[in-house]
Amino acid sequence: MTASIHWRENRIVQDRIKRAIAYTIVIIMAVAYIFPLYWLIVTALKTDLEIFQQPPPIFPPNPQWQNFGESTTYIPFWRYMWNTIVISGLTVLGTVLSCTFIAYGFARIRWPGRNIIFLIYLSTIMLPSQVTLIPLYLIFRDLGWVGTFLPLVVPHFFGNALYVFLLRQFLLTIPLELSDAAKIDGASELGILWHIMIPLMRPALAVVALFTFVQTYRDFLGPLIYLQNQQDWTISLGLKLFQNMYGAQWQLMMAASTLAMLPTIALFFFTQKTFVRGIALTGLKG
Amino acid sequence: MSITFRRPKLTKQQRRALMIGLLFISPAIIGFFVFNIGPIVQSLQYSFTRYNILQPPRWVGLNNYKFLIESDRVFRIGISNTLYMVLIGLPIHLVFNMLMALLLNTKIRGLSIYRSIFYIPSITPVVASTIVWLWIFNGQFGILNEFLKFLGFPAVGWLTDPKWVKPSLIFMGAWFGGNTILIYLASLQDVPYDLLESAELDGANALQKTFRITLPMISPVIFYTIIVNVIGYFQYFTEAWVMTANRDGSAGGVANSAMFYSMYLYQTAFQQFKMGYASAQAWILFMIVLIATVILFKTAGWVYYHAED
Repeated sequence: MTASIHWRENRIVQDRIKRAIAYTIVIIMAVAYIFPLYWLIVTALKTDLEIFQQPPPIFPPNPQWQNFGESTTYIPFWRYMWNTIVISGLTVLGTVLSCTFIAYGFARIRWPGRNIIFLIYLSTIMLPSQVTLIPLYLIFRDLGWVGTFLPLVVPHFFGNALYVFLLRQFLLTIPLELSDAAKIDGASELGILWHIMIPLMRPALAVVALFTFVQTYRDFLGPLIYLQNQQDWTISLGLKLFQNMYGAQWQLMMAASTLAMLPTIALFFFTQKTFVRGIALTGLKG
Repeated sequence: MSITFRRPKLTKQQRRALMIGLLFISPAIIGFFVFNIGPIVQSLQYSFTRYNILQPPRWVGLNNYKFLIESDRVFRIGISNTLYMVLIGLPIHLVFNMLMALLLNTKIRGLSIYRSIFYIPSITPVVASTIVWLWIFNGQFGILNEFLKFLGFPAVGWLTDPKWVKPSLIFMGAWFGGNTILIYLASLQDVPYDLLESAELDGANALQKTFRITLPMISPVIFYTIIVNVIGYFQYFTEAWVMTANRDGSAGGVANSAMFYSMYLYQTAFQQFKMGYASAQAWILFMIVLIATVILFKTAGWVYYHAED
C-alpha cells in the first residue's frame, strides 16, 4: 500500500517538474517570437540619433509618437494602403465567387467523370508558379494589362484549386437528401446553391475569404512584376522600394512597417476562431 | 469530352447533369487551360528560343539548356543555395515547428494566447517583418551583434558574410513558421486520448508514446506539410530578395551567397528581359519539383492511414 502511494506521489512530483519545464520553454519561445515585433515598435519610436546609439536603448527615453504620422508622408502610405486593400478585396471577391460555383459543381452535381477531373484540377496546386510566370506576363503585356491591377486580380475569378478542395470537402458533408427534397419542390441548382448551400457554407467561405485576403495582402512578387507606376504600388512594394531609393530612415521605415502590419493583425484578433478552424482544415488535407 | 463520345449510353438525365456540372466548373476549366496548361506549353516553346520581347522569338534549339547546365555559374550557385534551403532549412523548420506544437499540446494554460503569439508573424506582410529583421541582423547597429558583444563574442556579418547569410535566413524563417505549428497542433489535438492512455498503462514512456503513437497517427499531416513546403521552398524568393536587395535593384548577397533559384529567374526575365533563357530555367525548376514530388510520394511508406480515413 505505502509503496503505491509513494509511487503516485512520485508521479505527481514528476508531472509538476515536466509541466514547469514545458511552461519555461513556452514562455521563453513566446518572448523570442514577440521580440522582433517589440523591436519594430521600439525602433519606430526612436529619434534618428537614438537609432545609431550603442548599446541601443531597450526602451526609447522619449518616444517619438509623431514618427508614425511622419512615416505616412515619408512614403505615400495611405495611397499604397488603398491600392493594397483594393487588390486584396477584389481578389477575395473573385476567389470566393468562383470557388463557390466550382466546388458546388464538383460536390453537389452528380455528373460522370467529376472525380477524375477534380483530381486533375487538384494537381495544379503542385505547379510551381514560376513555370507559368513568363508566358502569363507576355499575355498580359499583349493585352495592355501590365501596369494595371488586372493581372493581379482577374486570374482569381477562375478558381483556386486549394480553396475549391476545402469548399468541396465541406459541401460533401451536407446530406444529399437536402438538395433532393428541394429539387422535388422544383428548385434549380442555382436556387439550391443560393438559398440552401451558401447559408450553410458561411463558415467555410469565411476561411477562404480570410486566407485569400491575408495571402494577397502579404504578396510581394506579383506586384513587383506587374505594378510599374509608383502611384499604383502596394504597401509591400512601397516599403521596400522606397528604402532602396531614398536610403534608410530606419525609424520611419519601422513606423510604416508597424502600420502596414496592423490590418492583418487586427483581422486575426477579430476572427481568431475562423483562422484556427481554417488552419485545422488545411491540415486535414493529409 | 472524350467520355461523352466513348459512352453514348448516357441517359438523358446524366447528360443533363453533365452539362450543368460542366457549366458550374467552367471557371475552373477556363482557368486550367488559360492560366495553367496554355502557359506551361508556351513556356516550353519559349525555352527553345532567344526572346528579348523587342524582337520576335528566335529558335535556338537546346542552346539555353546547354548553356545553363554547362556554363552558367550563377545558375549553379542558385541551384545549390536553393537545395541548401530545401535540404537543410526545411527539415530544421519542420522539426522545430513540430517540437513547438508538441510543447503547446501539453495542456498548458493560456494556449490561445501562445497560439496567437506564434501565429502572428506568419500573417504580417513579409516585407514589413523582413525590414525589422534587416535591422536586427545589421552588422554595425543590430541588436543581435550587440547581444553577442555583451556575451563577449565577436560581431558576425549576418547578412554580409557569405558563410552566415543562409543560416541567418533559416533563423529568420523559423519565425515565420507559425502556420505549420498550428497545423501540427490541430492534428495533435485529434490524436485519440484513450490510445495514449492504454499505451501508458502498458508502461510506455513519453518518448515511446510520441514516436510510436502520436507521430504515426499524424503522419499524413506531416507528409502534407513536407510536400507543400518542399514545393514552396524551391520557390523561395521574397525574404531573400528583401534581405539582400541593393539600391540598383540587384540582389543575391555577397558573392551570390543568397542567390536563390527564383531570384535568378526573376532577374533573367524581368531585369535582363531574356524571356527564352528564363523559360528554360522555369522548366528545369518544374522538372526538379516534379522529381522531388515523385520521390516523396514513392518513399511515403512511413505515412500511416488509419481506417476511418
